Amino acid sequence: MRGDPEAHELIAPGTLAAVLALLTENPGQWTPIAGGTELMVAHAGGRLEMKKLVSLWGIAELRFVESRARSFVIGAGTTFGDLRAHAEMAAELPLIAKAASWIGAIANQNRATIGGNLVNGSPAADSSPALLAYDAEVELISGRGTRRVAYSDFHTGYKRNVLAADELMFAIHVPRRFVKHRQYLRKVGPRRAMAIAKVALGATALVEDGVVSEIRLAAASLAPFPTRLYQSEAAVLGRPVSAETIQAARNALLAEARPIDDIRSSAEYRRRVGANLLEEFLLALRREARP
Amino acid sequence: MSTSTTNRIVGAPVPRKEGVDKLLGRARYVDDMEREGLWHGATVRSTIPRGFIRSIRFDRRIDWNEFTVVAAADIPGKNHIQLIAADQPCLADGVVNHCDEAILLIAHPDKHKLRQAVAGVAIEYEPLQPVFTIEESERQDVVVWGADNLLKSFLLEKGDVDSGFAAAAHIVEGEYRTGAQEHLYIENNGVIAEWRAETGLTVWGSLQCPFYVHKSLIAVFDLPEDKVRVIQTETGGAFGGKEDYPSMIASHAALLARKSGHPVKIVYDRMEDLAATTKRHPSRVRHRTAVDRDGKLLAMEIDLATDGGAYSTLSSTVLSRATLHAPGPYRCPNVRVRSRSWATNTVPYGAFRGFGAPQACFAIERHMDVIAAQIGMDPVELRRRNFLHDGDTTATEQVMREPVILDKLLDRALTESDFCAKRERFARENAKSRIQRGMGIAAFYHGSGFTGSGERYLDSLAGVDVPSEGNVRVLVSSTEFGQGTNTVLTQIAAETLRLDYHDVTMAPPDTGIIPNSGPTVASRTAMVVGRLIERACLQLIDLLREKAGLNAEYSRDEFFAACERFRAARGELASLVRYQAPPGIHWDDQRYRGEAYPAYAWAIHVAQVAVDTVTYSAEVEEFWAVQEAGRILHPVLAGGQVEGGIAQAIGYALYEKVILQDGHMANSQMTNYIMPTAEDVPPIHVYFEEIPFRHGGCGAKGIGELPHDGPAPAILNAIMNATGVSFTRIPLLPEDLFAEFALRQDAPATRPVEETAAV
Amino acid sequence: MSGAWPTIHFLVNGQSCAVRAPAMKRLLDVLREDLRLTGTKEGCGEGECGSCSVRMNGELVNSCLVPVLQAEGAEIETVEGLARNGELHPLQRAFLECGGAQCGICTPGMLMAATHLLARNPHPSLAEIREGLAGNLCRCTGFVRIFDSVIAAADSTEARADQAAHAR
Repeated sequence: MRGDPEAHELIAPGTLAAVLALLTENPGQWTPIAGGTELMVAHAGGRLEMKKLVSLWGIAELRFVESRARSFVIGAGTTFGDLRAHAEMAAELPLIAKAASWIGAIANQNRATIGGNLVNGSPAADSSPALLAYDAEVELISGRGTRRVAYSDFHTGYKRNVLAADELMFAIHVPRRFVKHRQYLRKVGPRRAMAIAKVALGATALVEDGVVSEIRLAAASLAPFPTRLYQSEAAVLGRPVSAETIQAARNALLAEARPIDDIRSSAEYRRRVGANLLEEFLLALRREARP
Repeated sequence: MSTSTTNRIVGAPVPRKEGVDKLLGRARYVDDMEREGLWHGATVRSTIPRGFIRSIRFDRRIDWNEFTVVAAADIPGKNHIQLIAADQPCLADGVVNHCDEAILLIAHPDKHKLRQAVAGVAIEYEPLQPVFTIEESERQDVVVWGADNLLKSFLLEKGDVDSGFAAAAHIVEGEYRTGAQEHLYIENNGVIAEWRAETGLTVWGSLQCPFYVHKSLIAVFDLPEDKVRVIQTETGGAFGGKEDYPSMIASHAALLARKSGHPVKIVYDRMEDLAATTKRHPSRVRHRTAVDRDGKLLAMEIDLATDGGAYSTLSSTVLSRATLHAPGPYRCPNVRVRSRSWATNTVPYGAFRGFGAPQACFAIERHMDVIAAQIGMDPVELRRRNFLHDGDTTATEQVMREPVILDKLLDRALTESDFCAKRERFARENAKSRIQRGMGIAAFYHGSGFTGSGERYLDSLAGVDVPSEGNVRVLVSSTEFGQGTNTVLTQIAAETLRLDYHDVTMAPPDTGIIPNSGPTVASRTAMVVGRLIERACLQLIDLLREKAGLNAEYSRDEFFAACERFRAARGELASLVRYQAPPGIHWDDQRYRGEAYPAYAWAIHVAQVAVDTVTYSAEVEEFWAVQEAGRILHPVLAGGQVEGGIAQAIGYALYEKVILQDGHMANSQMTNYIMPTAEDVPPIHVYFEEIPFRHGGCGAKGIGELPHDGPAPAILNAIMNATGVSFTRIPLLPEDLFAEFALRQDAPATRPVEETAAV
Repeated sequence: MSGAWPTIHFLVNGQSCAVRAPAMKRLLDVLREDLRLTGTKEGCGEGECGSCSVRMNGELVNSCLVPVLQAEGAEIETVEGLARNGELHPLQRAFLECGGAQCGICTPGMLMAATHLLARNPHPSLAEIREGLAGNLCRCTGFVRIFDSVIAAADSTEARADQAAHAR
């Protein structure tokens, strides 16, 4: 344990309003900590730079899953265990429960929150590809009110996002319009559990009248932040799922991806496996589209 | 000698001796211990792989009066860790030879202030050119150890290799490489040391060999034997990683305790343990093999090299075992093994389950499949034609006088795994699937106990005593760290004395109480120490018959009554015996010839592997192990040893990579050093054939290390069967499979889109 | 300075505790140091090995990742709370019979994970057991006999009664 507990202040105001007031009065001074599965690892490594932390754990206003007519609304403080346990959402938006099952193992899932995962903004974040493929929106909150941002616009660079200094992530809105879409999510890591993604692909697509009428592709670890694969989507959109299309999509992904070499894997491996995952999805799409 | 063959106690699944405490969470590991006035200790380590220490500066903002700081100059005795040679310093003195080498020690009562103090030491170095690989070291352009970087070499010769090659129908060459491997015991290294003027030094720690630590501390502190006491605490895994390293950490804690006047606890966190302590020796093995028209081995020329790290520590003995296991379980009239261990500027490599055999077995068993492919023979058949049998000689001219049942083991392994049918089925199914499946085997032996004259040199002393009414105690320095020492030795004693299992306990692993029965290594505990306990118990029965009126046939109560009569009349009741070599064990250390090991355990491993051509990941789907390791003393413990060793070796083959950057372990966290989880380990099927070994404790041979030798080659042989590609290096990661497939036209992953229709 | 430390109130194995500690002290360290409950172990400090697993309000968590302030008002269960009135918990008995513990260092965390699993899923399949224990690393057993132990415990009649008593 290399961190010094006395070198950090941690307070728990207990309500959303109290936390927001704190952030409003002291913008950029207090770092929110939810389940701690990221920050406490840094603490143990003696690398926790933030001296002032405000706990979001136990704030009921942040931990919920609401079924509305046209969307599910997930509180940012919802744990991955909660997400897996929500039967209705799991049935309709299976990629979310699947992504939740990727987080570490059971003990991590009981503490890690979806808000923490997104705000931490690792390019390998487990929940991001699914949320991007589902066209999610994030709702941000501050003393000044709330605003909604397309999740695909939330990250702006490596571990950078659009949150203002006094803002918290409040909720994630996921539209309920993917029941008929073909859905795909696959993570590639060094082992089956307790793994950081080397690369992952999330996809939703609709084939109508023999052509792809909608497609959303999103990857982990093919860019400095979780992102849609717009060029790869363009190679497929409006086309039939033919061998030519699949090859074009592979080539687009290979060109579009910007993975890196790091301690976990190589750029070349990530790029190629990303293309393989895309091919795997498109082949499945083609099989389904055949009459 | 005990003639019991019923499974009353030995052979029965009695409860683990210390099991209840472990399950209750009551077992006391070193970090669970407190002492009055305890301080904590930490280590300042080198950040460069090689160089002179030019200056050491202490941050002026810290009040250093609060701290105890120890440097090499504070060492009262010899500044080295006593092992085989004496080249490894306890603390670096003016020069460092690997990253994370210990330079200074600091103690303080507050753990957090201690961390700040470690960060407050600034060291300036004058770097020297480091050497990081076997190739760099053997080039000898830069000499970093001794006169020539060569830590040790052996030459083993049998027959006339050149004539073998001259007669060959085929000559097959191959080079095989294995990487470093970390033990990853779940309990990190830790010790507590206490110094008292009257009684001397006491050390408690997570360790395998109390007397190794004892011997090392005596030298470091220049103390008489009775002024040093080493006590093993409950140890959370070891696998060889706590064979020699504890001498280092114990010396450190003791130095701080002596200078500070307080008991000092040093417990590493995972990052420090991963970066700074011993690992398995990396290896490079080159095979050149002559085979006749019928696939019979005519000659083997083997060049084996290991990377020993910066100091010699155990490199010579690891090299010895690797040399002796290099030719595999085969009959070959002409063999030459030239082996060398080279120094590099990395953390010294040390003991790890298998101790050179996994490296050697990987090479020979991969090579057998390569030979089979080159000559167009089934790899199973190739092995059958060359297996050692009763009466054959090994490469050291040791005659196999004990039964060798490799054929029987192979038959059973093939049957249980449905090997041939699956191989055929997979060959058909692979054509239409993105998952490529294959089957692979490995055949091997593991020499039980110390090599050659090692046991004579150890001259172990062990026995039993009866310290109180109704209690027999086993007196050994063999320690428990999960493998079942406490259970099997008390089983042997209880069986031999005809008592109940619960009548026998283990004396505390305290050098002040126990005799030196040798280190807990080399798979010697059940076989060698167990036999000592057996003999000591028989001697105790004889003593009671002679002196306390115990009858030839006796009940448990009569036994203890006799003990009480003896104790009343004569005081202490104990029976100790010394090691006696089995007959016919002669080893020539100069010519490397003779009985290399008193006994061998034999095994066949079968792996079923699936390679996913989308992700290039290879996974073991199922695993079978058939072995003969003498009498199985405890079916659950023995099975557990085999399963655990196989899981560890699966990690060795497919998951675990030590990534060094400029000589420092860059992936020194559990998130980046990958061992298989409960979701990754395949079903493992274990089968024993039992042939009791006359000279082993109740018929046992060594078993703990055997299972780590086979999986890696079996797995890579299965991958070759699945994909047609012969991989020759481990760890074999998906990135390595990808790199290979990306280069090939016909490998499954590069087939056109239409053909790789997903399942 | 300890003057600034909050007092955290929580239940541990049914007993009320009040501990004065820095808010960012790890729950693991509070259990081991302040409460002298050393059954819970530290294997990695990064939430990777699970040897620090405890149940917090019925949920399995890695106590090395919980700042003690967040345990305010919580019900914590550790390995020390499994045995009742000197009787081993069915899981502990099963581990003993089936060889689920070798060196024992992962065992407390493994038992908590297994307890958690069986509380939610009294008759798990092998795949569910693997998943339930995936966050608990064991270097000794290869997991084989840990799986056997959990299956044996799930099948035992005492286990069923016990789960009824502990059901959440």
